Amino acid sequence: MRHVISVTVENKPGVLAHISSLFAARGYSIDSLAVGETEDPATSRMTIVTHGDDQIIEQITKQLRKLISTLKVQDLGETEFIERDLVIVKVNAATGKRGEIIEIAQIFRGNIIDVGQKDLVVELSGQENKIQAFIDLLRPYGIKELARTGSIAMARGAK
Amino acid sequence: MTKIGADIFIDALVKEGVEYLFGIPGGVVIPLFDRLYESPIKLILTRHEQGAGHAADGYARASGRVGTCLVTSGPGATNLVTAIATANFDSVPMVAFTGQVKTPLIGNDAFQEADITGITRTITKHNYLVKDVCDLPRVIKEAFHIARTGRPGPVLVDLPVDVSLAQCSLEYPDEVCLPGYKPNYKGNERQIRLAADAINASSRPILYVGGGVIISESAPEVFALATKANIPVTTTLLGLGAFPETHPLSLKMLGMHGTAYANYAVTDSDLIIAVGARFDDRVTGRIDAFAPGAKIIHIDIDPTSISKNIRVDIPVVGDAKGILQALVSMVEPAAHTEWLEKTARWKREHPLCYKPGGLKPQYVIEQIDEATKGQAIITTEVGQNQMWAAQWFKYTRPRHFISSGGLGTMGFGFPAAIGAQFARPDAVVFDIAGDGSIQMNIQELATAVKYKLPVNIAILNNGFLGMVRQWQELFYKKRYSGTVLGDSNPDFVKLAEAYGADGIRVTTPEEVRPALEKAIASPRPVVLDFAVEPEENVFPMVPAGEAINKMMGGMA
Repeated sequence: MRHVISVTVENKPGVLAHISSLFAARGYSIDSLAVGETEDPATSRMTIVTHGDDQIIEQITKQLRKLISTLKVQDLGETEFIERDLVIVKVNAATGKRGEIIEIAQIFRGNIIDVGQKDLVVELSGQENKIQAFIDLLRPYGIKELARTGSIAMARGAK
Repeated sequence: MTKIGADIFIDALVKEGVEYLFGIPGGVVIPLFDRLYESPIKLILTRHEQGAGHAADGYARASGRVGTCLVTSGPGATNLVTAIATANFDSVPMVAFTGQVKTPLIGNDAFQEADITGITRTITKHNYLVKDVCDLPRVIKEAFHIARTGRPGPVLVDLPVDVSLAQCSLEYPDEVCLPGYKPNYKGNERQIRLAADAINASSRPILYVGGGVIISESAPEVFALATKANIPVTTTLLGLGAFPETHPLSLKMLGMHGTAYANYAVTDSDLIIAVGARFDDRVTGRIDAFAPGAKIIHIDIDPTSISKNIRVDIPVVGDAKGILQALVSMVEPAAHTEWLEKTARWKREHPLCYKPGGLKPQYVIEQIDEATKGQAIITTEVGQNQMWAAQWFKYTRPRHFISSGGLGTMGFGFPAAIGAQFARPDAVVFDIAGDGSIQMNIQELATAVKYKLPVNIAILNNGFLGMVRQWQELFYKKRYSGTVLGDSNPDFVKLAEAYGADGIRVTTPEEVRPALEKAIASPRPVVLDFAVEPEENVFPMVPAGEAINKMMGGMA
């Protein structure tokens, strides 16, 4: 089962290597990993999307907590959470097809961020399944390049 | 006051109470060795970096203090890797210092450069590359703190040579600030209550005790719990000595080469109280057949050990000592008469045994036990020698059995014996070795001779890599592929003498005791070469992947 794990770590050299080594050494999979500084420049937040049965996910969170440089580990599956992934896609856009692509982008609330002679670059943020649906729709036009950030996520605020 | 990195290093070790530093010099650690020259810290020069690491490990296990070692960059550091992994697997507090090429050269494939923090990332509790001399006091303080607290383990500090020479005026800190590292010592009260209730409700309880009991110095609490509620005790390999094997409640070791009665008792029990143990595959055998009718209480300081290999009903995370103290006060005295009669019957009917005839390795171990009145510190190599040492010596006290349990490192026992002898200068120390494993670090004979250590090496010389040969005999139609050593072994007596140690060859049972008496009385290192029965096997044995009550051999 898919799990989104949020890890707050000390913003120091070698921390990412400790975390990725842990996943590699114990055979856990990383579906996506996004890292960035938090409101406190001394800490970074990693959002790791992984999958496994309950026992594996329990081990992953425990093993992450055991690392000296991790400050907080949260399996977001245990709470309500929000999640965003960002994609930029360079897609073939022959003269007759541009309108269609722009229309798809508008439906998904994406933005055209670059226009070339024969292609468009579209950005879109959202949940993983929305991004995937968007990519599937663009595929028939011919995707030249694609980059994704991987998910970032946090628990919802109290209602 | 401004000091160079090398002086900060020495001052830090003094402040941490380091007595011995095991190591070998090399290009980038010359500044550190220079300052050691006139320092109060005793440098113990080994002949191989792996020897330095295992000696620091043996020192730590025998004393309960942090073992330290210092080696150079590149090959010096990579030679230390096996020793670090060994200490990591068995939760041994150790701080390993490695030299590194100067910081501007890091990553440029400089002479004797190795990315040792990268290499050891998953085999240390934590590691550091120090790039600024002003980080050095804090890093060393943290390294010792991390190594000795919580579930102990090795910490590596990589020191570039320019950092050792650079100046800084920061003092050694009194405290550490590690917001991400807060081991949980105090057990949850509700969980302890649940555990006590389960013990009080149980009719067939068993204590399954591991190395964590020795590390946390909670053998007296295990004894109190076992005797108050009449609970039989079995130990893991690393738990040997956590409960006296001479006590009627002792079932000795469980698992692949454990006693039949321990394995039967675990399988038949209705409650397993696991303390400082981690349900290793050598202990559980086939998981789905392990203690099918038992509830499991698991007391451990490391949350990752809980429910890793086996489902646990009542986890209690924290320091075993405090948790056991609470449990002792909460459990009711119980007789468990029927259960103890059952385990006593298994002990009578299925004792450890071997067929006499010729010079038997089991007999040699029994004689070492008798000749030292059970007081010796035993270190072992890995393989048959290790299992016989575990089975046939009666361990009664913690920190008297020192062995590479998790990683299973051949070549561990002898340098570990050297470290143990430094920790316990008055103790009689025996390394139980095989003719294969002793050759993996035999160069440390020079170290033992140089420092006039009275360590004894008992080589159970069967001319084979015996444990693999045993598997080949039992499961591979006696095809002894790569296990025959006898035709090319050195003359161990002459080899010992060449190093300036004593050597004694023993070929008959009658010669065993006099040879042991001579070795124990000798103030010098002694190599005892026992020409044991070549194809003797370790029994009982649970075949890999089988249920632990399905044992072969070795039972009357």
